[in-house]
Amino acid sequence: MLNYIIKRFIYMIPTLLLISLVVFIVIQLPPGDWLTAYVASLRESGDEIDPITVELLRERYGFNQPFFTKYLNWISGVLQGDFGYSFGWRKPVGELIWDRLGLTLVVSVSTLLFTWIVSFAIGLYSATHQYSFGDYLATFLGFIGLATPNFMLALILMYLAYKYFGLSVSGLFSIQYAMAPWSWAKFVDLLKHLWIPIIVIGTAGTASLIRVLRANLLDELGKPYVVTARAKGLSYLRLLFKYPVRIALIPFVSTVGWTFAGLISGSVITGIVLNLPTTGPMLLQALKTQDMYLAGSFLLFLSIITVIGTLVSDLLLAIIDPRIRYE
Amino acid sequence: METNPEIVFPEKQNPLESEIYLASQWELIWRRFKRHKLAIAGLVILIIIYTMAIFCGFFSPYSPYLYNADYINAPPQTLQFFDQDGFHFRPFVYGYEVSRDPETFRMEYQIDHSKKYPVYFLVRGDRYKLLGIWETDLHLFGVKEGHIFLLGADPMGRDLLSRVLYGARISTSIGFIGVFLSFVLGIGFGGISGLYGGAIDNLIQRMIEFIKSIPSIPLWMGLAAALPQDWTVIQVYFAITIILSLKGWTGLAREVRSKFMSLREEDFILSARLIGASKTRIITQHMIPSFLSHIIAQVTLAIPGMILGETSLSFLGLGIRPPAISWGSLLQAAQNVRTVALTPWLLLPGVFVIITVLAFNFLGDGLRDAADPYGK
Repeated sequence: MLNYIIKRFIYMIPTLLLISLVVFIVIQLPPGDWLTAYVASLRESGDEIDPITVELLRERYGFNQPFFTKYLNWISGVLQGDFGYSFGWRKPVGELIWDRLGLTLVVSVSTLLFTWIVSFAIGLYSATHQYSFGDYLATFLGFIGLATPNFMLALILMYLAYKYFGLSVSGLFSIQYAMAPWSWAKFVDLLKHLWIPIIVIGTAGTASLIRVLRANLLDELGKPYVVTARAKGLSYLRLLFKYPVRIALIPFVSTVGWTFAGLISGSVITGIVLNLPTTGPMLLQALKTQDMYLAGSFLLFLSIITVIGTLVSDLLLAIIDPRIRYE
Repeated sequence: METNPEIVFPEKQNPLESEIYLASQWELIWRRFKRHKLAIAGLVILIIIYTMAIFCGFFSPYSPYLYNADYINAPPQTLQFFDQDGFHFRPFVYGYEVSRDPETFRMEYQIDHSKKYPVYFLVRGDRYKLLGIWETDLHLFGVKEGHIFLLGADPMGRDLLSRVLYGARISTSIGFIGVFLSFVLGIGFGGISGLYGGAIDNLIQRMIEFIKSIPSIPLWMGLAAALPQDWTVIQVYFAITIILSLKGWTGLAREVRSKFMSLREEDFILSARLIGASKTRIITQHMIPSFLSHIIAQVTLAIPGMILGETSLSFLGLGIRPPAISWGSLLQAAQNVRTVALTPWLLLPGVFVIITVLAFNFLGDGLRDAADPYGK
């Protein structure tokens, strides 16, 4: 087991390096740089800026250096905890991202738990009550959940909450807590706001997990060992939880890496629509204004979170399924 | 099937059964597919949607770019058959009574029962080019006086129904082209991976895992934000398609690889090899036909992801840009809850997205079940 864990950790290093390279290529792709975008926005509002000043600034920020020099500068900075400078916010990136990444992680992990609990309960019910009304209802809702884009669901929920309860459900905190330091009251306030993004982000993942669990459990329930165990007098519930459910749960764990990637992905777009203080809105803004170090740090960390998620899922799988450990 | 009862051959005693033994693989797939009611419904819905998208100029009552300052944010009208005189065979719509709110200066619309606009079929209206070739002004339906907004109007007074129909062209075709690219990449990489195995296989598998581990929407956003502002609609369209298929091919490649690997061990492949068939022949004549149906099902299930991806990107303002119309760029008008509360019909393009994606999911499910007709 220890060998396996070490192997997985060593394997992570080239993956992370490759990710950092891809992220840097992506943020370098737009033609021009932050200054071009900045000058253009100044010109739109009627201001002019001296071209010599622009060149001087470009020199100072190092926009003229060749690609690999810039990459090496950036990545060696990142390794020492210096993520560069956000031109748009005029602050070091390190000061801007942690709160938002933290909240993104909170939202994503709670969504994952929600997804698991709900899909386990519904999937179990659907498989044990095949072709019942509840099964059809779950399948139907699952299909709708898969087909509805995240942002649309967010808009609809916001609209319903506004129309029928007069609530404004955007954001993660009420106004009086938004800037306040962490306290118990702020935490409770967070919980009150958290359920909408959780439902919005979690629906698609829940729907697909329900289908997977239902199909797997039905396969298992049809196997001869179930009949044997019943014939020998094992009670149905005990049998169900002792064998078929355990096997049918494997996809929950084995796909957690991808489910998690999907949740991170969904949290970005939902964050933008619901105006959450997560990575989404700031990432979009940074991408649009070519604030490259800010955008790059977000892309890098979102990918790292996903890679760690995949790692955790692999380790969990090795614990559950001994065949993987010994391979 | 009719058989002559007098001449019964011993081996043909059960005509239905012998027919099944004689039927080709595709006939069997079609038979199985027909039993899947939801899949048939999905297929029919998709045919309707694609027909309307292809002939969008004919089906939409107006040009999607026609501004009308008198009908800013006009609510949807409903087709009526009854008025105070009773039933009318020809449907009609009621006109609006427009007033301005003295405080907010918003236009307010009330149904005006005195204005009745009968709906005619095959009427002449705005000029457009059918299939981009023949110029004509014939529309499926329209009114001769007044206006008809079955789905309401947008903040510039343009007819939402026409815009949705024109938007369908981009939104529904982007899935097809994207999936075609994924298909080519998937078969190529998956095939190489499954055929050669070893180091190449390992490399490709690691590459796939790597691509899968990058969260898609942030990656798409990063790439889409990099598209130059001065690109034409066509350039942006193809760039978005390529961006969307960057991740899409990975799932297909895995599927193709596992099929190749399991087929390699099959007896019929072994016997083909023993007879001396060339590698190309084995692949094209024996392997591909035996898993093509699976791949088609997979491809169908991959299209919805592309459609949803395009919608999300355009909604964020990173995808298809105005003046080009797609369902996502139409939904951009419904960015915040205030707009949605005042003009909920601006969310209607999203309903078309949901219906299309649902139909593809049903169709794909049916195809997947039918793909292996020799199974249970």
